[in-house]
Amino acid sequence: MTTAPADPMIKQDRVPPSEPVASGPKRSSVARRLIPFGYLSPTIVLITLLMIVPIVMVISYSFRDNVIVQDNSVFAGLANYTEVLTDPDFLAAIKNTGIFITVSMVAHLLLGLGFAMMLNSPLLGNVTKSLFRVVYVLPWLFTIAVIAVIWRLLLDPSGVANYVLQTLGLINEGVNWLGDPGTALWSVTFANIWSGYPFFMISLLAGLQGIPGELYEAASVDGASPWRKFVHVTLPQLRPVIISMAVLDLIWTSQQFALIWMMTGGGPLNSTEMLSTFTYKLAFSEYEFAMASASAVVVLLLTMILAFFYVRQQRER
Amino acid sequence: MAARSTRLRRLTAIATAVGLAAVMGACGGGSDDASSDGTVTLEFAQWWAPELPDGSFDKIINDFQTANPTIKVKLLSGPYASTKQQLVTGAASKTLPDVVGLDGAWVNDFAKQGAIADMTKLMADAGYDDSQLASQIQLEGKTYMVPVVNFVYPLFVNQDLLAKAGVDKVPSTRTEFADAAKKISDSGGNVKGWALPLDTAVPNGIQNDVMSWLWASGGSMLADGKPALQTPQVKSVVEYVKSLNDAGVIAPGALTMKEQDKVEKFTTGQVGMMVDSLAHIKLIKENAPNLKFAVAPVPAEDGYTGKRGIPYASWGIGVANSSDHKAEAFKLVQFLMEAKVNGELSTLANGFPGNKTAEPDFTDSDPLFKEAFKIYQEGTPANEFVGLPKSEDLMRSFDEQLQLVLTGKTSVDDALAKSQENWSSVIE
Repeated sequence: MTTAPADPMIKQDRVPPSEPVASGPKRSSVARRLIPFGYLSPTIVLITLLMIVPIVMVISYSFRDNVIVQDNSVFAGLANYTEVLTDPDFLAAIKNTGIFITVSMVAHLLLGLGFAMMLNSPLLGNVTKSLFRVVYVLPWLFTIAVIAVIWRLLLDPSGVANYVLQTLGLINEGVNWLGDPGTALWSVTFANIWSGYPFFMISLLAGLQGIPGELYEAASVDGASPWRKFVHVTLPQLRPVIISMAVLDLIWTSQQFALIWMMTGGGPLNSTEMLSTFTYKLAFSEYEFAMASASAVVVLLLTMILAFFYVRQQRER
Repeated sequence: MAARSTRLRRLTAIATAVGLAAVMGACGGGSDDASSDGTVTLEFAQWWAPELPDGSFDKIINDFQTANPTIKVKLLSGPYASTKQQLVTGAASKTLPDVVGLDGAWVNDFAKQGAIADMTKLMADAGYDDSQLASQIQLEGKTYMVPVVNFVYPLFVNQDLLAKAGVDKVPSTRTEFADAAKKISDSGGNVKGWALPLDTAVPNGIQNDVMSWLWASGGSMLADGKPALQTPQVKSVVEYVKSLNDAGVIAPGALTMKEQDKVEKFTTGQVGMMVDSLAHIKLIKENAPNLKFAVAPVPAEDGYTGKRGIPYASWGIGVANSSDHKAEAFKLVQFLMEAKVNGELSTLANGFPGNKTAEPDFTDSDPLFKEAFKIYQEGTPANEFVGLPKSEDLMRSFDEQLQLVLTGKTSVDDALAKSQENWSSVIE
């Protein structure tokens, strides 16, 4: 099919040089492919600078010795991890964090679901619902600093909590809620439950309002009791929301620092020491930034396990 | 086609440029602190301005700028805790502001990191006469911090509670104090004799409320710069605190009590006595105008007749080693240490001057300050945590052992042995 030109001069005139022919579309194609990256470049650069670089730095610190405070830090292998993972305080912090996040999550879920169902109930009028909605969401509006101050005052040995409990005859003498190693962890967990349930409540309320009424009507026709409707209609319909919220809550609560720090500082006697407070003390009190980095990497890995389940659950949806 | 390709290339270039500009904007970029006209801008990070009357520190800095027209000062002011974190990270990354407000507890760590400059050299270069300085915080013979204002921690006594308990004399010895605390606690109404803040988040209760008893009797927790916690003097202090706890005279909640809780309990009449900073006098009087209280030296061991150590905390000042304008930075230090300025700043801060020749103006001050100044002059400023490495960590580890003692989980001897071991690993 190809024909050789009769006159080479004509070929020269009619056919442009081979290089521009090849590079023009290629350049255009490369530019076209780069455009999305151009648009994304602010985000990519910001994420790299603000997330990836710090994370990589912390991971690299965790394998070195005397980082930050000395110029001549050396590679230390897994020594920091060994030291952190065998530290009794770290193990206590893992245990406390486990109790803190699990109890908080379960309580957030139960309270949030209970209040959400109440606010979704047809038995209450709209005005009453609005009023309760405002009251129930209040704890969510306070900052952690305010919550810590409020609960420190309430739980003071001569505070309101003891006064009420003594007046009701539930206790004989004032309990040292935050100062007693036996009650401190439960006290900060209680404050965390109080501050965090509204988010569950709002999310579950949205989920409840998305359940088609026909399902309940069909269940009524089948003669299902309210409890069976709850178990076989409400809970299965809310399942994706509940699982997402539960996993997110575990991740968020495991990072709770300010509330613990301001209420007990990890004490008394390490009874409220969490992974976050343990890591902070290593870094800013002992200036052991390498060990603090190792601790932070362990926390990161534990959180990533939770994040893995969250992402998998989201994909299944 | 060619026009489209050009447009695409332009779009790509613009998008990239915008992206980079956004990042540069987000990162803040660098700032040139020496302008073309020779004016130098110093950054001065401290927590002092928020603790002084509104605008008063700005006025002092303005006076400095007027006297030194080629130097501008940019104040970086924040609360103590956030200033500390900012400086810790700045020291680590060698990006400290030119002039830094320092707590004596940080000096050792910052100096060892090479983050703060040797001020002995700066003084020599400037021909500064340091004999007027009340104290200098040194490491290996080199000055790294100059205390600008000192805050002493005397004993505060609620005179009404004391009178109600039938105690007619402010306690001066440990026995008198224990007796007064017991009587106050027995006087009813959920009132206790003493407040002891042992919260481990900010464990300075060990310095101010526990070791103050040791220093008041001329004792020391160090020997030749090394920890000496298993001495009879330190043991007697811990045993004394334990005896007060066993006697039930310490306000409940001590293990997580913070300094502000202590002050609040004293202000509301829930405790009769506390060791506290003079800086809180104004706060107490504002919140409880009718509270009748006095200040006195911290009680000493029975029979002790020597000079009483009185704990203090300082607003210290230092110069960053990474500063390009150390000479100008030291001019600011010199200015703040001038007798007149230093006296004025001390008066504003309700503290005592770091310049020996400065006189705080008590004209408009509470009479208690005059009384406290007398105590300060008669005693010896004592704070052995100043200049120690990781001093907050030392306080925290001692705090944890003391908490074990107070909760009956360990003996005094074991707690001191463990503390000695912990401290020895830090103070080498």
